Amino acid sequence: MTALLTVDRLSIATQARQLVRNLSFSIAPGERLGLIGESGSGKSLTSLALIGLLPETMAATGSIRLDGTEVIGAGERQLVALRGPAAATIFQEPLTALDPLMRVGRQVGEVVRRRLRHEGLPSSAPAVQTRVLELLSRVALPDPERLARVYPHEMSGGQRQRVAIAMALAWRPKLLVADEPTTALDVTTQAEILALIGQLVREDNMALLFISHDIPVVAGTVDRVAVLRQGELVEAGPVSDVLQAPADPYTRSLVAAARTFDTALGRLF
Amino acid sequence: MNGTAGSMPQTEGKMTRRTIPLSLIVGGVIVGLHLLAGLLTLFWTPYDPTAMVGGRLAGPSLAHWAGTDRLGRDLFTQILIGARIAIEVGSGAVAIGAAIGVTLGILAAFATRTLDDVFAAAFDILIAFPTLLVAMLIVAASQTASLFTAVLAIGIAGSAIIARLTRILAKRVLSMDYIVAARVAGSSWPSIVVVHVLPNIWPTLIVNLALQFGLAAMAESSLSYLGLGAPPPNASWGRLLQEAQGTVYTAPFGAIAPGIALVTLVIGVNLLADGLRAFADPTRRGRR
Amino acid sequence: MSFITVENVSFAYRSGRTILDSLNLTIEKGRNLGIVGESGSGKTTLLRLLLGLAQPSAGRILLDGQILDTRNRAFMGGFRKRVQAVFQDPYSSLDPRQSVFNIVAEPLRALKVQTDIESAVSEALAAVGLPADAARRYPHEFSGGQRQRIAIARAIVARPDLVLADEIVSALDLSTRILIVDLLKTLSTSATFAVVSHDIALVALLCPDIIILEKGRIVESGPTERVLKDPAHPYTRRLLASTPRLPPPV
Repeated sequence: MTALLTVDRLSIATQARQLVRNLSFSIAPGERLGLIGESGSGKSLTSLALIGLLPETMAATGSIRLDGTEVIGAGERQLVALRGPAAATIFQEPLTALDPLMRVGRQVGEVVRRRLRHEGLPSSAPAVQTRVLELLSRVALPDPERLARVYPHEMSGGQRQRVAIAMALAWRPKLLVADEPTTALDVTTQAEILALIGQLVREDNMALLFISHDIPVVAGTVDRVAVLRQGELVEAGPVSDVLQAPADPYTRSLVAAARTFDTALGRLF
Repeated sequence: MNGTAGSMPQTEGKMTRRTIPLSLIVGGVIVGLHLLAGLLTLFWTPYDPTAMVGGRLAGPSLAHWAGTDRLGRDLFTQILIGARIAIEVGSGAVAIGAAIGVTLGILAAFATRTLDDVFAAAFDILIAFPTLLVAMLIVAASQTASLFTAVLAIGIAGSAIIARLTRILAKRVLSMDYIVAARVAGSSWPSIVVVHVLPNIWPTLIVNLALQFGLAAMAESSLSYLGLGAPPPNASWGRLLQEAQGTVYTAPFGAIAPGIALVTLVIGVNLLADGLRAFADPTRRGRR
Repeated sequence: MSFITVENVSFAYRSGRTILDSLNLTIEKGRNLGIVGESGSGKTTLLRLLLGLAQPSAGRILLDGQILDTRNRAFMGGFRKRVQAVFQDPYSSLDPRQSVFNIVAEPLRALKVQTDIESAVSEALAAVGLPADAARRYPHEFSGGQRQRIAIARAIVARPDLVLADEIVSALDLSTRILIVDLLKTLSTSATFAVVSHDIALVALLCPDIIILEKGRIVESGPTERVLKDPAHPYTRRLLASTPRLPPPV
C-alpha cells in the first residue's frame, strides 16, 4: 500500500536559523506514528508544515506528499482542500482552537456543513444538527443536546478537547494529527482523552500522527516512534524496539530519564 | 535549549556591554541644544527681548537670525527665551503629573477591588474632561495667570492619564509570580513597589511621559493664546505663535520659527525617552 | 519532630464556595512531603495558606507550636526565614529587570539576615549548580532549567527549614526535569521540601510521605511506598491507573 503521508528531506528555516533539517518519515493508511521531542526539536513546526500552515517567516524545502498531493509549494486553494479531508489537527490548548463567542454546536456544525458541501451532499440545518449531535456523543460528551448550546469557556478543559476532536472527526480525515493533545489536561482526564483518541482512530481506521514530549504517553498510543532532537531525526522504529533498546545516545538518555520516573511508581499493577 | 546547568547557552563574553541606542544620542543632542539655549538666556541674550531693535516684521537677516516681530523686537532672542519656558513648563508639568499620577495609579493597583473600581472610574471621568478645560479651571480658581499656575494646571490635568496608565501597568506586574516570590522572600509592599513594580513599568511610562511633555508644551501655548499662560514679558512659543497669527501671510517666518522650535523639542524629548527605555532594557544587552 | 501542623483548616470564598475542607496534616523536619492533586483539588490554595499568603477561613496552621498569623509581623519575619518557595513558571517567577545576584539576594535583604550577602549568594548559586559569574547576568540569558535553578537558589539562600515546591518541573523538558529532581534530592539533606504536584512519579522520587487531595479534601495520606503499592481510596487508585506507564523492560 502506498503511504498516506511521505515526508522526504524536509528542512524548515527562518532567515537566521535552521529549525528542521533533512527530516524524512512516512505514515501508511491506518498507521499510528509518534513524534517524540523536547522543546526546540521542531516537532510542532513539522506538524504545521504538513498542512501548509508554517508562519510566513519560515521556509520549507524538501517534499511533503499528503494523500497524493505535494504540500510544499502548493497554492492556498489546494491546501484548503487538503486541510480536513486529508489531515485534521487537534492542538494542545483547545481554547485557542475554538471560537470563544460561538456556541460549540454551531462550531462543530460549521465543519459538518463544509464537509457535506465538499462531498456534494445536502447540508440542510436538520441534517447538520443530527450529525453534530452524533459527533458530540461519539466523543463521549454527556448530554450532547445541552452541551451543543454552551460556549467554550463554560466547559472543562477535557470537554473542550473532546469538542476539538469532534471537529476534527467531522472531516472523516484520513490522518489525524494530534499535537500535544493532553499536555494541558489533568492526569485522569488525559487517560480518558488518550483512550478516546485510540478508540476513534481504530474505529474509523484513521492514521495518527501523535506529537508529544511525554514518552509514556506516546508509548501507549502509537505503533512506531520517531525521536527528534533540535530539528533532526535521531532514531525511528517500532515503539518496543526504541524503548527497550534505544540505539542513539540522546534517545537512551531520554528513555533512561522516563524510566527513572516510571520505576519510582513501582510495579505495573 | 533547556539543557545542562553549567554551560551558558547564549552569547558569551561581551554580552553585558551596553550599546547606546541611536535615538538616545540624537534625542540627547536635540534636547541638550534646547536646554543650553534656555540656560544661556538666564545670563545673556542677543538683544533685549522687549526692545524695538529693528524694522517691523523683517525677514531673517544676519543681524536678526529669525527676523523681527510686529513691534520690531528680535524674534531669535524671544525663541531662545521660549526654549527655557517650554522646558520649564514641560518638565514641571510632567514632574507634577507623574508625582500625582504614578502615586494614585500605584495606590489604585494595590487597592481592594471596590476601591480600585472607584479609582478607575475617577481616572476615566477626569480623562474625559479636556486637559485644557481642567487647566483653565485651575488657573481661574487661582485667580492669577503666572507661569507657575500654568505649570501646576497642566500637570494636574495630565495626571489622570498617567494615573490610568500606571494602574494598568502596575496591575499587570502585580500579577506576576515574581511578586508572590518577593512576598515569600519577606519583601514589604513598599519595597516591592520600589524594587519590582517601578522598574518594570517605567520603560512604558517614560515614553508616555515624553508624550505628556510635548502635550504640556503645547497646552502652555494654548493657555498663552487665551491669555492664561505665562504673562508678558515671558516670550513663550505659544505667545509668539499667537502674535504671528495675524501676519502669517505677510511675514510667515514669525510663525515658522517658533513652530520649528516647538516641533524639534517635542521630537527630541520623544527620541530621548525611547532611547532611555531601550538603553535600560536588560534583554537588549549584547544584541548585535 | 512535627514542624508544621495544619489543624482542621478550611478555606472558603465569601461567595460560599469551599476550596479546602477541614484539612489535617503535619510536615516533619527531614521528611519531604508530597502533596498530589489535580486542578480543583485545592492544592494551590493549600500552598498559599502554608506560605502565609492567605489566612484560613477556619482552623489554624502552627509552626513549632506557634500560630501562623499573617497579621503578626514579628512572627511573619521569623516564619519567612524558615519557609521559602519555588514556583511553577521559571519565566514569570524571576523579575526580568533584576540581576541574578539581586534576585537571589532578595530574601537576605528583605529579611535582614545577618550574613555576608556576596558569599551567601555565590554559595547558593554553587549549591544549585550554576557558575559564579551567573550572578551578574539577567534572567533572559538563561534557559528554563537554569532559571528554575536560580529560583531554587533564591529559596535556599536564607537557609530555610522548609521549601514549598509548586509544580517546579512541570514547565521543563524531561532531560532538564531529571536534573532538577537530582538537585532537589541533594538539597533535601539540608532542607525539607513539600512537593506540590499533579505528578505522582515526581513525588515518589522525592518524598517518603504523600497526601492525595481531591476536591478540597485529603482522601489518602501515608508513606508513599504504601500508598503506591496499596492505595486505599478509589480516587488514588484512579489516579494511579491514569498515570501513563512505560512498557516493562525486558
